[in-house]
Amino acid sequence: MYNKKTIIPGLIIFVLILTAPIWYNGLKARAMPKPELPAGEKQCVLPLQEIRDTHMQLLNRWRDEVVRENKREPITVDGKVYGKGFQLACLKCHPSKVKFCDKCHEYAAVQPYCWDCHYTKAQAAEMMKETH
Amino acid sequence: MDNERRKFLKIAGFSALAGIGAPAIVKLTSTASYASEQAAHGASEGKMAEGGSLQETGEKTKQYGMVIDMRKFMQNPELEDMAIEACINAHNIPQFPPEKKKDEIKWIWKTGFENAFQEHTNYHTSEEVEKSPFLILCNHCEFPPCVRVCPTKATFKMKETGIVTMDFHRCIGCRFCMAACPYGSRSFNWQDPRPYIKHLDPDFPTRMRGVVEKCSFCEERLAKGLEPACVAAVKDSGALIFGDINDEKSEIRQVLQKEFTIQRKPSAGTKPSVFYIV
Repeated sequence: MYNKKTIIPGLIIFVLILTAPIWYNGLKARAMPKPELPAGEKQCVLPLQEIRDTHMQLLNRWRDEVVRENKREPITVDGKVYGKGFQLACLKCHPSKVKFCDKCHEYAAVQPYCWDCHYTKAQAAEMMKETH
Repeated sequence: MDNERRKFLKIAGFSALAGIGAPAIVKLTSTASYASEQAAHGASEGKMAEGGSLQETGEKTKQYGMVIDMRKFMQNPELEDMAIEACINAHNIPQFPPEKKKDEIKWIWKTGFENAFQEHTNYHTSEEVEKSPFLILCNHCEFPPCVRVCPTKATFKMKETGIVTMDFHRCIGCRFCMAACPYGSRSFNWQDPRPYIKHLDPDFPTRMRGVVEKCSFCEERLAKGLEPACVAAVKDSGALIFGDINDEKSEIRQVLQKEFTIQRKPSAGTKPSVFYIV
Protein backbone atom coordinates (compact mmCIF):
# COMPACT_ATOMS: atom_id res chain seq x y z
CA MET A 1 0.00 0.00 0.00
CA TYR A 2 1.34 3.38 -1.00
CA ASN A 3 1.23 6.41 1.29
CA LYS A 4 0.19 4.35 4.27
CA LYS A 5 1.37 7.07 6.63
CA THR A 6 -1.12 9.63 5.36
CA ILE A 7 -4.05 7.47 4.23
CA ILE A 8 -4.69 5.64 7.50
CA PRO A 9 -4.65 8.71 9.79
CA GLY A 10 -6.75 10.47 7.15
CA LEU A 11 -9.30 7.68 7.19
CA ILE A 12 -9.43 7.74 10.98
CA ILE A 13 -10.02 11.52 10.98
CA PHE A 14 -12.71 11.14 8.31
CA VAL A 15 -14.59 8.49 10.32
CA LEU A 16 -14.30 10.60 13.47
CA ILE A 17 -15.78 13.65 11.72
CA LEU A 18 -18.53 11.52 10.20
CA THR A 19 -19.54 10.18 13.58
CA ALA A 20 -19.11 13.51 15.37
CA PRO A 21 -22.85 13.88 16.21
CA ILE A 22 -22.71 10.59 18.12
CA TRP A 23 -19.65 11.68 20.17
CA TYR A 24 -21.07 15.16 20.61
CA ASN A 25 -24.45 14.33 22.20
CA GLY A 26 -25.58 10.91 21.00
CA LEU A 27 -24.57 9.14 24.16
CA LYS A 28 -26.41 11.44 26.53
CA ALA A 29 -29.89 11.50 24.95
CA ARG A 30 -32.25 13.99 26.51
CA ALA A 31 -35.05 12.67 28.67
CA MET A 32 -38.38 12.17 26.90
CA PRO A 33 -40.55 15.26 27.20
CA LYS A 34 -43.40 15.12 29.71
CA PRO A 35 -46.20 17.38 28.52
CA GLU A 36 -48.57 18.41 31.29
CA LEU A 37 -51.85 16.55 30.91
CA PRO A 38 -55.14 18.04 32.05
CA ALA A 39 -55.81 17.08 35.66
CA GLY A 40 -59.45 16.03 35.54
CA GLU A 41 -59.51 14.43 32.08
CA LYS A 42 -58.92 10.76 31.30
CA GLN A 43 -59.80 10.66 27.60
CA CYS A 44 -58.84 12.59 24.49
CA VAL A 45 -60.73 12.56 21.17
CA LEU A 46 -58.57 9.59 20.12
CA PRO A 47 -56.73 6.90 22.14
CA LEU A 48 -53.42 8.10 23.57
CA GLN A 49 -51.08 6.48 21.08
CA GLU A 50 -53.19 7.53 18.10
CA ILE A 51 -53.54 11.15 19.14
CA ARG A 52 -49.81 11.26 19.83
CA ASP A 53 -48.96 9.92 16.38
CA THR A 54 -51.65 11.48 14.23
CA HIS A 55 -52.89 14.70 15.87
CA MET A 56 -51.48 16.73 13.00
CA GLN A 57 -53.43 14.74 10.42
CA LEU A 58 -56.55 15.03 12.58
CA LEU A 59 -56.13 18.79 12.82
CA ASN A 60 -55.67 19.08 9.06
CA ARG A 61 -58.76 16.97 8.46
CA TRP A 62 -60.84 19.02 10.87
CA ARG A 63 -59.56 22.21 9.27
CA ASP A 64 -60.54 21.10 5.77
CA GLU A 65 -63.93 19.82 6.90
CA VAL A 66 -64.80 22.94 8.88
CA VAL A 67 -63.41 25.59 6.56
CA ARG A 68 -64.00 24.07 3.15
CA GLU A 69 -66.84 21.58 3.52
CA ASN A 70 -68.91 23.37 6.17
CA LYS A 71 -69.00 20.26 8.38
CA ARG A 72 -68.92 21.90 11.77
CA GLU A 73 -70.93 19.44 13.85
CA PRO A 74 -69.44 18.92 17.32
CA ILE A 75 -67.72 15.63 18.03
CA THR A 76 -68.87 13.33 20.83
CA VAL A 77 -66.39 10.92 22.39
CA ASP A 78 -67.54 8.84 25.35
CA GLY A 79 -70.39 11.21 26.07
CA LYS A 80 -68.21 14.33 26.09
CA VAL A 81 -68.94 16.90 23.40
CA TYR A 82 -66.06 18.68 21.73
CA GLY A 83 -66.34 21.63 19.36
CA LYS A 84 -64.64 20.92 16.05
CA GLY A 85 -61.57 23.10 15.98
CA PHE A 86 -58.18 23.75 17.48
CA GLN A 87 -59.37 26.55 19.74
CA LEU A 88 -62.77 24.95 20.29
CA ALA A 89 -61.56 21.49 21.34
CA CYS A 90 -57.82 21.07 21.94
CA LEU A 91 -57.12 24.28 23.80
CA LYS A 92 -60.16 23.90 26.06
CA CYS A 93 -58.50 20.94 27.84
CA HIS A 94 -54.89 21.90 27.18
CA PRO A 95 -54.88 25.60 27.97
CA SER A 96 -51.10 26.09 28.02
CA LYS A 97 -48.95 26.16 24.90
CA VAL A 98 -45.73 26.24 26.93
CA LYS A 99 -46.57 23.35 29.25
CA PHE A 100 -48.19 21.10 26.65
CA CYS A 101 -47.59 21.75 22.95
CA ASP A 102 -44.10 23.18 23.15
CA LYS A 103 -42.75 20.30 25.26
CA CYS A 104 -42.76 17.76 22.43
CA HIS A 105 -42.49 20.22 19.56
CA GLU A 106 -39.23 21.57 20.97
CA TYR A 107 -37.92 18.08 21.58
CA ALA A 108 -38.74 17.09 18.00
CA ALA A 109 -37.54 20.47 16.66
CA VAL A 110 -40.76 21.19 14.78
CA GLN A 111 -42.31 24.63 14.48
CA PRO A 112 -45.98 24.26 13.55
CA TYR A 113 -47.54 27.51 12.28
CA CYS A 114 -50.81 27.09 14.21
CA TRP A 115 -49.84 29.99 16.47
CA ASP A 116 -49.66 32.56 13.68
CA CYS A 117 -53.44 32.86 13.95
CA HIS A 118 -54.67 30.62 16.77
CA TYR A 119 -53.96 31.41 20.39
CA THR A 120 -54.46 30.20 23.94
CA LYS A 121 -56.28 32.10 26.69
CA ALA A 122 -52.94 33.12 28.18
CA GLN A 123 -51.75 34.49 24.84
CA ALA A 124 -55.05 36.32 24.47
CA ALA A 125 -54.58 37.98 27.86
CA GLU A 126 -51.10 39.04 26.83
CA MET A 127 -52.36 40.42 23.51
CA MET A 128 -55.00 42.46 25.28
CA LYS A 129 -52.46 43.79 27.78
CA GLU A 130 -50.26 45.03 24.93
CA THR A 131 -53.14 46.76 23.20
CA HIS A 132 -54.49 48.59 26.22
CA MET B 1 -28.54 4.49 -59.81
CA ASP B 2 -31.40 6.53 -61.27
CA ASN B 3 -33.71 3.59 -60.75
CA GLU B 4 -32.87 3.45 -57.04
CA ARG B 5 -33.52 7.14 -56.51
CA ARG B 6 -36.92 6.78 -58.26
CA LYS B 7 -37.83 3.90 -55.95
CA PHE B 8 -36.75 5.82 -52.88
CA LEU B 9 -38.81 8.88 -53.78
CA LYS B 10 -41.88 6.73 -54.37
CA ILE B 11 -41.58 5.02 -50.99
CA ALA B 12 -40.96 8.33 -49.22
CA GLY B 13 -43.98 9.92 -50.91
CA PHE B 14 -46.34 7.10 -49.99
CA SER B 15 -45.14 6.97 -46.39
CA ALA B 16 -45.68 10.73 -46.05
CA LEU B 17 -49.22 10.40 -47.41
CA ALA B 18 -49.96 7.50 -45.07
CA GLY B 19 -48.59 9.43 -42.11
CA ILE B 20 -50.72 12.49 -42.83
CA GLY B 21 -53.84 10.52 -43.65
CA ALA B 22 -53.74 7.98 -40.83
CA PRO B 23 -55.19 10.15 -38.03
CA ALA B 24 -58.10 11.15 -40.26
CA ILE B 25 -58.87 7.53 -41.06
CA VAL B 26 -58.64 6.55 -37.39
CA LYS B 27 -61.03 9.40 -36.49
CA LEU B 28 -63.54 8.39 -39.19
CA THR B 29 -63.55 4.74 -38.22
CA SER B 30 -63.67 5.29 -34.43
CA THR B 31 -66.98 4.37 -32.76
CA ALA B 32 -69.73 6.97 -32.51
CA SER B 33 -70.18 6.51 -28.74
CA TYR B 34 -66.58 7.47 -28.13
CA ALA B 35 -66.98 10.64 -30.17
CA SER B 36 -70.15 11.74 -28.35
CA GLU B 37 -68.56 10.96 -25.00
CA GLN B 38 -65.72 13.26 -25.86
CA ALA B 39 -68.07 16.02 -26.94
CA ALA B 40 -70.03 15.80 -23.68
CA HIS B 41 -66.82 15.89 -21.68
CA GLY B 42 -65.67 18.99 -23.52
CA ALA B 43 -69.00 20.72 -22.91
CA SER B 44 -69.02 20.07 -19.17
CA GLU B 45 -65.47 21.30 -18.90
CA GLY B 46 -66.40 24.49 -20.67
CA LYS B 47 -69.29 25.01 -18.30
CA MET B 48 -67.13 24.67 -15.21
CA ALA B 49 -64.56 27.06 -16.61
CA GLU B 50 -67.21 29.65 -17.32
CA GLY B 51 -67.49 30.66 -13.68
CA GLY B 52 -68.43 27.58 -11.71
CA SER B 53 -72.01 28.68 -11.11
CA LEU B 54 -74.04 25.89 -9.62
CA GLN B 55 -77.26 27.26 -11.03
CA GLU B 56 -76.03 26.70 -14.55
CA THR B 57 -75.62 23.02 -13.90
CA GLY B 58 -79.27 22.86 -12.83
CA GLU B 59 -78.66 22.25 -9.13
CA LYS B 60 -80.95 24.11 -6.78
CA THR B 61 -78.78 25.55 -4.04
CA LYS B 62 -78.91 28.30 -1.50
CA GLN B 63 -77.54 31.73 -2.14
CA TYR B 64 -77.43 33.83 0.97
CA GLY B 65 -77.88 37.52 0.38
CA MET B 66 -78.68 40.75 2.16
CA VAL B 67 -80.97 43.71 1.69
CA ILE B 68 -79.65 46.96 3.15
CA ASP B 69 -82.55 49.31 3.82
CA MET B 70 -80.86 52.69 3.61
CA ARG B 71 -84.09 54.53 4.50
CA LYS B 72 -83.75 53.15 8.03
CA PHE B 73 -80.01 53.83 8.22
CA MET B 74 -80.56 57.43 7.07
CA GLN B 75 -83.02 57.93 9.90
CA ASN B 76 -80.73 56.34 12.49
CA PRO B 77 -77.11 56.74 11.37
CA GLU B 78 -75.87 55.18 14.64
CA LEU B 79 -77.26 51.82 13.47
CA GLU B 80 -74.43 51.64 10.94
CA ASP B 81 -71.83 51.98 13.66
CA MET B 82 -73.57 49.29 15.69
CA ALA B 83 -73.41 46.86 12.76
CA ILE B 84 -69.75 47.64 12.06
CA GLU B 85 -68.83 47.36 15.75
CA ALA B 86 -70.51 43.96 16.02
CA CYS B 87 -68.53 42.69 13.03
CA ILE B 88 -65.23 43.99 14.39
CA ASN B 89 -65.82 42.30 17.74
CA ALA B 90 -66.99 39.02 16.23
CA HIS B 91 -63.98 38.58 13.93
CA ASN B 92 -61.06 40.11 15.82
CA ILE B 93 -60.59 42.80 13.18
CA PRO B 94 -57.70 45.15 14.00
CA GLN B 95 -58.35 48.86 14.34
CA PHE B 96 -55.44 50.93 13.13
CA PRO B 97 -54.82 54.55 14.16
CA PRO B 98 -55.54 57.20 11.49
CA GLU B 99 -51.88 57.51 10.48
CA LYS B 100 -51.93 53.84 9.46
CA LYS B 101 -55.04 54.11 7.32
CA LYS B 102 -53.37 52.29 4.43
CA ASP B 103 -53.18 49.14 6.58
CA GLU B 104 -56.91 49.24 7.33
CA ILE B 105 -58.81 45.92 7.43
CA LYS B 106 -62.41 46.25 6.27
CA TRP B 107 -65.20 43.66 6.35
CA ILE B 108 -68.19 45.99 6.51
CA TRP B 109 -67.68 49.73 6.39
CA LYS B 110 -69.09 53.10 5.38
CA THR B 111 -68.61 55.06 2.21
CA GLY B 112 -70.35 57.84 0.29
CA PHE B 113 -73.11 57.20 -2.26
CA GLU B 114 -70.97 58.29 -5.20
CA ASN B 115 -68.22 55.85 -4.21
CA ALA B 116 -70.53 52.93 -3.66
CA PHE B 117 -72.71 53.51 -6.72
CA GLN B 118 -70.65 55.06 -9.48
CA GLU B 119 -73.13 53.83 -12.07
CA HIS B 120 -76.13 55.37 -10.33
CA THR B 121 -74.87 58.88 -9.68
CA ASN B 122 -76.30 61.92 -11.37
CA TYR B 123 -75.81 65.65 -11.02
CA HIS B 124 -78.76 66.18 -8.75
CA THR B 125 -78.80 63.45 -6.12
CA SER B 126 -81.00 64.26 -3.17
CA GLU B 127 -79.18 65.96 -0.35
CA GLU B 128 -80.02 63.22 2.14
CA VAL B 129 -78.55 60.49 -0.07
CA GLU B 130 -75.51 62.57 -0.90
CA LYS B 131 -74.67 63.18 2.75
CA SER B 132 -75.51 59.76 4.17
CA PRO B 133 -72.80 57.15 4.54
CA PHE B 134 -73.66 53.82 2.89
CA LEU B 135 -72.81 50.45 4.42
CA ILE B 136 -70.79 48.31 2.05
CA LEU B 137 -69.43 44.79 2.36
CA CYS B 138 -68.54 41.79 0.21
CA ASN B 139 -71.33 41.19 -2.30
CA HIS B 140 -70.97 37.39 -2.28
CA CYS B 141 -71.42 37.44 -6.04
CA GLU B 142 -72.90 34.61 -8.00
CA PHE B 143 -69.94 34.90 -10.39
CA PRO B 144 -67.15 35.97 -8.04
CA PRO B 145 -64.10 37.19 -9.97
CA CYS B 146 -61.92 36.78 -6.86
CA VAL B 147 -62.57 33.02 -6.86
CA ARG B 148 -61.60 32.71 -10.51
CA VAL B 149 -58.22 34.33 -10.03
CA CYS B 150 -57.15 32.69 -6.76
CA PRO B 151 -54.18 30.43 -7.60
CA THR B 152 -54.50 28.28 -4.45
CA LYS B 153 -58.29 28.11 -4.14
CA ALA B 154 -57.91 29.85 -0.81
CA THR B 155 -61.03 31.83 -1.63
CA PHE B 156 -63.98 29.84 -2.86
CA LYS B 157 -67.74 29.84 -3.17
CA MET B 158 -69.37 27.49 -0.68
CA LYS B 159 -71.61 24.95 -2.39
CA GLU B 160 -74.28 24.80 0.30
CA THR B 161 -74.69 28.50 1.01
CA GLY B 162 -73.32 30.43 -1.96
CA ILE B 163 -71.10 32.39 0.41
CA VAL B 164 -67.75 33.52 -0.96
CA THR B 165 -65.31 32.81 1.82
CA MET B 166 -61.63 32.41 2.64
CA ASP B 167 -59.44 29.57 3.82
CA PHE B 168 -56.77 31.64 5.54
CA HIS B 169 -54.54 28.57 5.84
CA ARG B 170 -54.17 28.47 2.08
CA CYS B 171 -53.82 32.16 1.27
CA ILE B 172 -50.34 32.97 -0.03
CA GLY B 173 -50.94 36.72 -0.09
CA CYS B 174 -50.61 37.22 -3.84
CA ARG B 175 -53.49 39.77 -3.80
CA PHE B 176 -54.84 38.71 -7.21
CA CYS B 177 -58.30 38.62 -5.59
CA MET B 178 -57.92 42.22 -4.48
CA ALA B 179 -57.15 43.24 -8.05
CA ALA B 180 -60.07 41.19 -9.35
CA CYS B 181 -62.77 42.34 -6.92
CA PRO B 182 -64.71 45.25 -8.47
CA TYR B 183 -65.97 46.35 -5.05
CA GLY B 184 -62.74 46.67 -3.05
CA SER B 185 -64.16 44.25 -0.52
CA ARG B 186 -60.86 42.65 0.35
CA SER B 187 -58.10 43.81 2.68
CA PHE B 188 -54.52 42.71 2.97
CA ASN B 189 -52.69 42.30 6.27
CA TRP B 190 -49.63 44.42 5.66
CA GLN B 191 -48.51 43.83 9.23
CA ASP B 192 -49.26 41.59 12.20
CA PRO B 193 -52.81 42.58 13.17
CA ARG B 194 -52.60 41.28 16.75
CA PRO B 195 -51.31 44.41 18.51
CA TYR B 196 -54.23 46.40 17.05
CA ILE B 197 -57.12 44.15 18.07
CA LYS B 198 -59.22 46.01 20.61
CA HIS B 199 -61.54 43.21 21.66
CA LEU B 200 -60.67 39.55 21.30
CA ASP B 201 -63.31 36.89 20.77
CA PRO B 202 -61.55 33.77 22.10
CA ASP B 203 -63.52 31.42 19.84
CA PHE B 204 -62.33 33.09 16.63
CA PRO B 205 -58.74 33.11 15.39
CA THR B 206 -56.80 36.19 14.35
CA ARG B 207 -55.03 36.49 11.02
CA MET B 208 -51.32 36.71 10.35
CA ARG B 209 -49.26 39.11 8.29
CA GLY B 210 -49.52 38.43 4.55
CA VAL B 211 -53.03 37.09 4.13
CA VAL B 212 -56.11 38.66 2.59
CA GLU B 213 -59.39 38.80 4.49
CA LYS B 214 -62.99 39.80 3.86
CA CYS B 215 -66.59 39.46 5.02
CA SER B 216 -67.68 35.81 5.30
CA PHE B 217 -71.36 36.46 6.03
CA CYS B 218 -70.47 35.03 9.47
CA GLU B 219 -70.52 31.46 8.19
CA GLU B 220 -69.31 30.28 11.61
CA ARG B 221 -72.41 31.87 13.20
CA LEU B 222 -74.74 30.56 10.47
CA ALA B 223 -73.47 27.05 11.22
CA LYS B 224 -74.67 27.53 14.79
CA GLY B 225 -78.07 28.75 13.59
CA LEU B 226 -77.31 32.39 14.39
CA GLU B 227 -77.66 35.37 12.07
CA PRO B 228 -74.63 37.33 10.88
CA ALA B 229 -73.28 39.62 13.61
CA CYS B 230 -74.21 42.85 11.78
CA VAL B 231 -77.78 41.66 11.17
CA ALA B 232 -78.18 40.60 14.79
CA ALA B 233 -76.82 43.96 15.99
CA VAL B 234 -79.53 45.97 14.19
CA LYS B 235 -82.23 43.31 14.48
CA ASP B 236 -84.84 45.57 16.11
CA SER B 237 -84.76 48.13 13.32
CA GLY B 238 -85.02 45.61 10.47
CA ALA B 239 -82.53 47.67 8.48
CA LEU B 240 -80.56 44.59 7.42
CA ILE B 241 -82.51 41.67 6.01
CA PHE B 242 -80.59 38.45 5.55
CA GLY B 243 -81.68 35.20 3.91
CA ASP B 244 -81.63 32.81 0.99
CA ILE B 245 -82.38 34.72 -2.21
CA ASN B 246 -82.99 31.48 -4.10
CA ASP B 247 -85.85 30.53 -1.76
CA GLU B 248 -89.07 32.09 -3.02
CA LYS B 249 -90.68 31.95 0.41
CA SER B 250 -87.88 33.62 2.33
CA GLU B 251 -88.34 37.02 3.96
CA ILE B 252 -85.63 38.53 1.83
CA ARG B 253 -87.41 37.47 -1.39
CA GLN B 254 -90.66 39.04 -0.16
CA VAL B 255 -88.80 42.29 0.44
CA LEU B 256 -87.08 42.11 -2.95
CA GLN B 257 -90.40 41.54 -4.65
CA LYS B 258 -92.04 44.50 -2.95
CA GLU B 259 -89.29 47.12 -2.96
CA PHE B 260 -87.20 48.70 -5.70
CA THR B 261 -83.57 47.87 -5.04
CA ILE B 262 -80.25 48.78 -6.61
CA GLN B 263 -76.95 46.93 -6.67
CA ARG B 264 -73.34 48.00 -6.86
CA LYS B 265 -71.78 47.95 -10.34
CA PRO B 266 -74.36 45.71 -12.02
CA SER B 267 -72.52 46.14 -15.33
CA ALA B 268 -69.56 44.17 -13.93
CA GLY B 269 -71.72 41.09 -14.47
CA THR B 270 -70.86 39.49 -11.16
CA LYS B 271 -74.48 39.23 -9.94
CA PRO B 272 -74.06 40.58 -6.40
CA SER B 273 -76.18 39.16 -3.57
CA VAL B 274 -76.37 42.43 -1.65
CA PHE B 275 -79.25 44.78 -2.50
CA TYR B 276 -79.89 48.36 -1.44
CA ILE B 277 -83.17 50.14 -0.87
CA VAL B 278 -82.47 53.85 -1.20
